[in-house]
Amino acid sequence: MSTRLTTGGRLLNREQPLNFTFNGKTMRGFEGDTLASALLANDQMLVGRSFKYHRPRGIVASGAEEPNGLVNLGVDGHFEPNQRVTTQEVFDGLKATSQNHWPSLEFDVGAVNAKLSRFMPAGFYYKMFIHPRPLWKHVYEPLIRHAAGLGKAPKDRDADVYEHFYAHVDVMVVGGGIAGLSAALAAGRSGARVLLVEQTAHWGGRAPVDGAQIDGLDADAWVKNALQALESMSNVTVVARCMGAGVYDHGYALAYERLTDHLSGKDGPRHRLWRIRAKQIVTATGAIERPISFAGNDIPGVMLASAVRDYAVNFGASIGDRTVVVTNNDDAYRTAITMVEAGLAVPAIIDARTSAGPLAEAAAGLGIRILFGKAISSVKGGKRVEGVTICSQAGEGAVLEEISCDVVAMSGGWSPVVHLWSHCGGKLIWDEGQSHFRPDPSRPPLGADGAGFVITAGIAHGEMSTRDCLVQGHDAGAAAANAAGITGKAGKAAMGDAPGEAPMLAVWIMPQGAGYKLRSKMWLDFQNDVKVSDVQLAAQEGYESVEHTKRYTTIGMATDQGKLSNINGLAVLSDALGQAIPATGTTTFRPPYTPISLGSIGGEASRDLFQPLRKTPMHQWGEDNGADWEPVGQWRRAYAYVQGDESVEDAVNREVKNTREALGLLDASTLGKLIVKGPDAGKFLDMMYTNMMSNLAVGKCRYGLMCGEQGFLMDDGVVARIDEDTWLCHTTTGGAEVIHAHMEEWLQTEWWDWNVYVANVTEQYAQVAVVGPNSRKLLERLGGMDVSAEALPFMTWADGVIGGYGCRAYRISFSGELSYEIAIKASEGAAFWDMLMEAGAEFGAMPYGTECLHVLRAEKGFIMIGDETDGTVIPQDLGLSWAISKKKNDFLGKRGQLRSNMVDPDRWKLVGLESVDGSVIPDGAYAVANGTNANGQRNTQGRITSTYYSANLERGIAMGLVHNGPDRMGEVITFPKIDGTEVQAKIVNAVFYDPAGEKANV
Amino acid sequence: MSDMNKVARLDIRGMITLRGDLASAKMKKAVKAVTGKAVPDVGRRSGGDDSFALWMSPDELLLMVPYDTVPNTIAQIGKALAGAHHLIADVSDARAVFSVSGRNARDVIAKVCPADLSDDAFPIDMVRRSRLAQVPAAFFRVDANTFELVCFLSVADYAHGVLQRSASHAPVVGFYS
Repeated sequence: MSTRLTTGGRLLNREQPLNFTFNGKTMRGFEGDTLASALLANDQMLVGRSFKYHRPRGIVASGAEEPNGLVNLGVDGHFEPNQRVTTQEVFDGLKATSQNHWPSLEFDVGAVNAKLSRFMPAGFYYKMFIHPRPLWKHVYEPLIRHAAGLGKAPKDRDADVYEHFYAHVDVMVVGGGIAGLSAALAAGRSGARVLLVEQTAHWGGRAPVDGAQIDGLDADAWVKNALQALESMSNVTVVARCMGAGVYDHGYALAYERLTDHLSGKDGPRHRLWRIRAKQIVTATGAIERPISFAGNDIPGVMLASAVRDYAVNFGASIGDRTVVVTNNDDAYRTAITMVEAGLAVPAIIDARTSAGPLAEAAAGLGIRILFGKAISSVKGGKRVEGVTICSQAGEGAVLEEISCDVVAMSGGWSPVVHLWSHCGGKLIWDEGQSHFRPDPSRPPLGADGAGFVITAGIAHGEMSTRDCLVQGHDAGAAAANAAGITGKAGKAAMGDAPGEAPMLAVWIMPQGAGYKLRSKMWLDFQNDVKVSDVQLAAQEGYESVEHTKRYTTIGMATDQGKLSNINGLAVLSDALGQAIPATGTTTFRPPYTPISLGSIGGEASRDLFQPLRKTPMHQWGEDNGADWEPVGQWRRAYAYVQGDESVEDAVNREVKNTREALGLLDASTLGKLIVKGPDAGKFLDMMYTNMMSNLAVGKCRYGLMCGEQGFLMDDGVVARIDEDTWLCHTTTGGAEVIHAHMEEWLQTEWWDWNVYVANVTEQYAQVAVVGPNSRKLLERLGGMDVSAEALPFMTWADGVIGGYGCRAYRISFSGELSYEIAIKASEGAAFWDMLMEAGAEFGAMPYGTECLHVLRAEKGFIMIGDETDGTVIPQDLGLSWAISKKKNDFLGKRGQLRSNMVDPDRWKLVGLESVDGSVIPDGAYAVANGTNANGQRNTQGRITSTYYSANLERGIAMGLVHNGPDRMGEVITFPKIDGTEVQAKIVNAVFYDPAGEKANV
Repeated sequence: MSDMNKVARLDIRGMITLRGDLASAKMKKAVKAVTGKAVPDVGRRSGGDDSFALWMSPDELLLMVPYDTVPNTIAQIGKALAGAHHLIADVSDARAVFSVSGRNARDVIAKVCPADLSDDAFPIDMVRRSRLAQVPAAFFRVDANTFELVCFLSVADYAHGVLQRSASHAPVVGFYS
C-alpha cells in the first residue's frame, strides 16, 4: 500500500494538517501536499479509469504531464472536471471525485471493454461506425456518449471571477528551475525588465530532489538565495503558480496564474491570464521523463522513476514497500538510492544496458541487486502491481524469474519540454545520444525583424547536468537581455556539479523482440488506451504521417496531449516504418501547454461586465417606466414601453395608434451624428451620398443614401447644411462608428488632399423625436422658438430654445406625421425628456419604442437599413432612383450600379404586400413560382423584408422584393409557411398610409 | 487594497475637439491662448491644471477646459483660426471622465488596457488612445500615481464597473511598483 513516511517531505508543513474528501471519503493531508501526494499518502492509488477500455488507472507522474490523475473538483459554482491531481494543491475542505467510471471506481462495468480489446483495434471508430448507418444513431452514439468524456460538464454558472494583466518586458523567463533562475539572474543583473514565471508553487525544479550541489551549497539553499536576489531587483518580477502557456508571433506570450486554486478561503479573481509582450523569451521549461513500453506498464503502481522519488523527497509519501526500478539510464538509480535511504526495499534495478555509471556503484554499495541486460517481461497484478517477471532485453520475453513488488519505477530517459519553443515555429533536432528531440538553436522562432526571439535554457535546451544547466541558463539570460538591447553586465554563472553518468540506451519496447501478445499490453497513451500494437497496426495499414497516425490511433489526443506518449509512439511508428526517428518527425505543438480555464481567457468579461451596454441619457427613465429593451448593437433601446399588465404586443399597438392620433415621443439619441466640415466638404459628401448634398441650402435637410463601391446600399439618413462649409450627417444607429470610419478611410487614403474634417458627435446630443398631430402644440406650449409651418417648414432645421433648453430642432419625419427631432446637450437629455412628458400629458403624450417606429415607417413604405437591405440590395431595387443623382459625374457606387447584373430588369424590386386574409405574413417568407430549379427546389419569385401588424389599418402589412413587382400591382402571389400552410398576398404600393403625405406637411 | 487604489468618476468637464494644421502659427497661437502652453508634442499633454491640450492625432487635439468656459473658448478659437481650414466641436457632453489613483494605479489599468505603462514608456503627461476592456478610451498620466481616463458617455457605467472591479481585487499584481 502507499502511505505517508514518518520523515521526509521537504515541501510539507506537517504542523498544518488538512482535511479533504475523495469520492466522499474524508482523507488527511498536509499543507504543501498536491492532491496526488495526499491521495497516495492515504493509500488511494486508483484514481480513475481509462477512456476506451475503462482499465484501472493510478497516478503515473508528479507534474503537469500526468495522464491519469484527473478528477472532478469542487461543487456547484466551483465545480470543474478534468483537474490534474499532480498540479492541484490540497486545501482544507477540498472535494474531489473520480471520473469515467460506472457504477463505481472500484467496480466498473465498462471494464468489460478491455476483454474485447482484440476487437477494438486502432481506427476502430472509423472502421466500425461507417456502416450500417442506422446503427450509429441508435447503438453506437448512445453507447459512446455513455462511455466517453472524462469528467462531467459543469451545470452551474461559474462562481469565480477572472482577470487579465498586460505586461511589457525585455525578457520573459519561463520556468523557475535552476536554469530559469540562472537566466533571470543574468538578465536581471544586466538591467533588463524581467518577468520570471514558474508553474508550481516552488522554485528550483528537480535540482533539490536530485541532490544537486551549486556554489558549494545544497540546491535548496542556493535556490533560496537566488530567489532573494531576484526579488530584491526592482527590474525583476517573479510569479509562482504561473504557467507559461503559449508563445505567439512578435514576442507575445500568455502566462496562466492560478491565484486561489490552492486556497480554501477563496477571494478575488481565481485566475489571472498574463498577456505579455516580451522582446525576448527564455524557455527554461525542464524535461519530462519517458515511460518504458513493457507489458502491463499501465497497472496502478507502475510510475515514472522521477515521480516515485518526488513523492518520497518532496511529500514524504511512499508508493509501496518494495520498488523495482527499470531503466535505460543512470538517473533512475537515484530513485533506488532514495528508496533505500527512506528505509524502503528495492528488490532489484533492472537495467536494459550492459553497464552503468558511478550511481550504480553507489546503489550496489547500498546492497541493491542490479540486473544488467534485463527487462520486464510483464507486470503482474490488476488494480495494483503485485510483481514483475524478468527476461532478457535482447530476447522475446521468456521469463527468467519473478520478483514480488508493489511499485515499478520506470525511466526511459528524459525529453526536453520543447512546447513553448515550438509554438511559434522553433525547429527541433534529434539527439542520438539522449534519444530525444531538443531545440535547434540555429532555427528559432523568428520575430518581425527576422531574428529569433526565443532562447531555450537548461535541460529544455538539452543540457543534462546541473553544471551545464546553470552555465547555459546564465548564457541564455545574458543573450536574451543583449538581444533586447540591454547592455549591462550579466555577472558570473553559478557553478554546479556534474556527476559522471554512463550513456543511456534507446529502449522503445521491452524486451526488444516482444511478440504480439506482449506488445498488445504495452501502453503508450495511458489515458486514451493506445498500445504499441495499435501504432504498429496503423503503420501496417499504410499510415506513414505521424499526424495521421495520431488521429487514427488517438495517441496523444487526450487531455495530456501526449506529454508521455508522443516520443515513444513516434519511435514505435518509425521502427514499424523502417525509418529513422527524425524522418518521422513530431506532431505539432500547439498552445496552451496544459489546459487553461475558459474563465481566464474571458478575463473581466463576465456577468454585468460581459459586454459593454450603451445607454442613452434617457435610459434610466426607460428602466423606471416599463421599457422592454432590445439590443441594437451594444445599445439598449426600448422596444416598447409597457404599461400596467398589458402585453408587449398591446403596448406596441397602443403606441402606434397614439402617435398617429395624438403625440408620441421617441428617444432617438442613438442615431449617428457626424459633422463634416471644410472647403471641400460639399464635394466630399457628393461622393459619399448617391444624391447631391453640395447644393443643399443652409438651414435645409435632405434624406440621403450611401452605397459602397459595389453599389449596394449601406446606410441612410438625413443630412442638414449647418453653414457654408459645415454639414451634419445623420446615420443609422448601427452606422455611427462604421460610417465615421468609412469617411475617414476615404479621406485618408484616396482624397487625402481634400480639405475636409469629420467628427463623430453622436453622443454629444440627446435627441427626441416629438411626433404626431399634437407635436407642434406641445412645443408651442413650452415656448422659446418659432416652430410654426412658416418659420420651420418640413425638411428644415433651426437653432433655438425650447422650454428653456438650448436646442437644435429638425423638422423631419420618419413616421409620416408632423414631427420634430430635437437635439439637446446629452447632460440635459433626461431633464428635457421629463419636461416633454409632463407638459405633453394634456396632449396625450406617450413614449414609443423601436417597434412602433418600425410599424409607422412601414405604414409609410419607408425602408429600413438591415430590413430592406442585406448587402445585396441597390437603391434602384427599392424604388429609390429619385435619390440617385443623374447630374453627378461620380459617387461611391455609381460604377457598381452600372454593372450588367445591377441593371438587369429581372432584379427583384420593392413592393407592398397585403395578405388576402389580413394576417401577418411570416418575416423572411419566400413567394413561390412555377417549376423547380436545377437542385429540384421550388422556384421563388420574391421574399418578405418587413412585416408587421398595423394597428392603424387593423391588418397585416408587409414589404418585400418581388420579381417585376412594381409592374404586377394587384396580382396575388403565394407564400408557403413553415407550418405547411400558405398565405396569399396581393402586390400593392408600399405606401399603405396617407399616400399623399398630407399629415407630415402641415 | 481598494482603499489604496481609488477609482472616481469626475464631474462633467469641458472638452473640445480641435482639428487643423497643428504646425501652423494660427493654431499655435490659438492653443496657447487657451492653455498657456505650446501645442503638445506627439502623444503628450501640455497646459495648466484647468485648461490643457491632449495630442490625439497628427491633426487633432482635445482641449480640456472648465465646462462653463466651453462656449467662449470655442468662439475664441474660431476667431483665431478664421480663414484656416479647421473643425471645432464641443464634445463635453459626449464623454465621461474617471481618475484612477493610488500606489498601484498602473496595475489597476494594466488589467484592462494593453498599453505599456512603465515610467520610460509612459511618463507623466503621456497621452494614449487605447481601450479599456472592450471600449475605446483615452487616458493620460497626471502624476506618478494618478491617471485620468476618458470614454464615451454611453459606456460610462461599463467603464466604471470595469475599473472598480479591477481596483477592488486583491491581491495587487505588483508589477508596477
